[in-house]
Amino acid sequence: MNVMPRPPKRRLGQVHVPAVTLSHGGGGKAMKDLIDDVFISVFATGSPEALEDQARFDLAALAAHGDRLAFTTDSFVVDPLSFPGGDIGKLAVFGTVNDLAVGGAKPLYLSCAVVIEEGMKIDELRRIALSMAKAAAEAGVTIVTGDTKVVQRGACDKLFITTTGVGVIPPDRILGIDTVRPGDGILVNGLLGDHGAAILAARGDLALESEILSDCAPLHGLIDALLEAAPGTRCIRDATRGGIATVLNEIAEASGVSIEIDEGAVPLREEVRGFCEILGLDPLYLANEGKIVVAVPAEEIDAALAALRAHPLGAGSSLIGRASRGEAGRVTMQTVFGGRRIVDMLVGEQLPRIC
Amino acid sequence: MKFADEFRDRDKARALVREIETLADQIEITRTRPLNIMEVCGGHTHSIFRYGLEGMLPPSIELVHGPGCPVCVLPMGRVDDCVAIAERPGVIFTTFGDAMRVPGSKKSLMQAKADGADVRMVYSPMDALALARNNPDREVVFFGLGFETTMPSTALTVLQAEADGIENFSVFCNHITIVPTIKAILDSPDLHLDGFLGPGHVSMVIGTAPYEFIADFYKRPMVVAGFEPLDVLQSIWMILKQISEGRAEIENQYKRIVPEAGNDPALAAVARVYELREFFEWRGLGSIDHSGVKVRDEYARFDAERKFAIPNVKIADPKSCQCGEVLKGVLKPWQCKVFGTLCTPETPLGALMVSPEGACAAYYQYGGVKPQRDETMAAAT
Repeated sequence: MNVMPRPPKRRLGQVHVPAVTLSHGGGGKAMKDLIDDVFISVFATGSPEALEDQARFDLAALAAHGDRLAFTTDSFVVDPLSFPGGDIGKLAVFGTVNDLAVGGAKPLYLSCAVVIEEGMKIDELRRIALSMAKAAAEAGVTIVTGDTKVVQRGACDKLFITTTGVGVIPPDRILGIDTVRPGDGILVNGLLGDHGAAILAARGDLALESEILSDCAPLHGLIDALLEAAPGTRCIRDATRGGIATVLNEIAEASGVSIEIDEGAVPLREEVRGFCEILGLDPLYLANEGKIVVAVPAEEIDAALAALRAHPLGAGSSLIGRASRGEAGRVTMQTVFGGRRIVDMLVGEQLPRIC
Repeated sequence: MKFADEFRDRDKARALVREIETLADQIEITRTRPLNIMEVCGGHTHSIFRYGLEGMLPPSIELVHGPGCPVCVLPMGRVDDCVAIAERPGVIFTTFGDAMRVPGSKKSLMQAKADGADVRMVYSPMDALALARNNPDREVVFFGLGFETTMPSTALTVLQAEADGIENFSVFCNHITIVPTIKAILDSPDLHLDGFLGPGHVSMVIGTAPYEFIADFYKRPMVVAGFEPLDVLQSIWMILKQISEGRAEIENQYKRIVPEAGNDPALAAVARVYELREFFEWRGLGSIDHSGVKVRDEYARFDAERKFAIPNVKIADPKSCQCGEVLKGVLKPWQCKVFGTLCTPETPLGALMVSPEGACAAYYQYGGVKPQRDETMAAAT
């Protein structure tokens, strides 16, 4: 959507050195060249916003999509920058797109602020910017504004990206984490823990070979399909850091319900199960980047499951549990073995056990 | 998951629980009090909580969570020593992940890392040796921790360092041995244990013979158990079977992993590198004779304790902390004065709250913490 008349095309600067130096953050020509060559050339060639300090939106055009603005921000500091199934750029776009989408919003615009450690290879930066541009195109959003800072070696870990997103929520969509009622079904849209396992394996210090790919994906299409089939959907959360265990605890707490899940219904890839088994990790706490936890009223469970499963990103969807009247804020799991245990919030980070 | 799911079969579990109930009913003791069975090993504690086994057992069987979590029984002073070594300039301090959060008197290794010490998590002591090889200008110290399960791997790493002529590598040895501690627990006047689940991984190294005194002298049955939930249930059944038949023997349920004679090459490596200490301090239990090992004189140059002047200060456990009673099974975790209030996994006061294998952390994480749950939990155990 073009909101301003386009000025004549200007000439974009170019970078001719192999690595980022502090001068690329100095505010002068080197910085302009870096921004032009690496970011603007792939994000929005000739976009009028590129010349301004801010993106500008036509309110009437925004209002055509719905009646509420959704606004979110997230920083990405993943190590390593590239991993099987994605990289920090793709993550930074889809992560923010998904934060908008789980509120029912149609994602429209993103900002992109980068903090670069001096010495970073221009080619790697270029590859990540390109990955962001591809991801934005796939998700149907435009990167309209940004910022670039370069810091001394050691002051950041290669590259940090912050994306902020703006979207619009259609009038009929009312989702809230505090609206879940006893009897509601709890659904997930597929295999859990792939992203967390892929990142851990990619760090290389485990000496474990794995073919697990990050599940990093934009979920607004899936969510559109879900909300069309199950308009009574209570809430949607993306199960990123802290995994589904954290999301379930947040829902139980906010809605004042108890949630019981069935271990046998939790979709897990064999490799991820084996991975967790070896390292003593609990897959319920592993991060996902393309998975949502959905609460729907009992009468819409079947419709919601069918809609999710019909979408390519929801083929492995499963009803993993129910909300109930039990102790408010409590999440429990019926184990595959027939026992029952509490699923609590994660304390600190998961650390591999020694034996 | 092949070779794991077979040991997590719900129907087999139900059948086993029914047999356990029948056997328990036949045992005289259960008419006056529950049978107390101690699982010595933290790995068993973890399985018991992860699969909700306590709730499946009849109330006539009480599981007592023993001292077999090496991270939990590590005294505060030793953590301070770790921090002191880690904060020396030029040192890369390497450790297994779950030792990162153990509180010292001033800070944990995780806090030391945040303060600038070069502390790195590794998954094997060989990874630490590789770090030493790749960083010849740095001193790499590995935090040797654990029972006989991990002892051979650090011993073999020291032997490898010697063979490769790597001089910038050393082990801060905190290895402990379980048998003297089981004896100390059996000698303790304030508890009644009716049987033991024997540690599976430790026994894979030492075999089953070292436990014979438990049956011969103390007349208590022990069953060396595997870590899958069916292993644990079957082992409980085997203990009950012994009690009901008036036997006290050392049996091996974990035959697929544990050879009765132990593992000779592993024991040989341990004997070459380590010797028994006169005594070692256990958090919550105090000093226990011959319960730890140290690096032999021949390998002194790989011994961090001798390489660096460590403060070696003894720090008393916090007064309010009742880890000792919980470790011996005298108190249930939630009966401790500070459980879930001053002492939580976020801010652990006592050792048992630190590692997921610690009984208190397991209760907190998997068993509930709110006071109103106390009665239900007591009834369920």
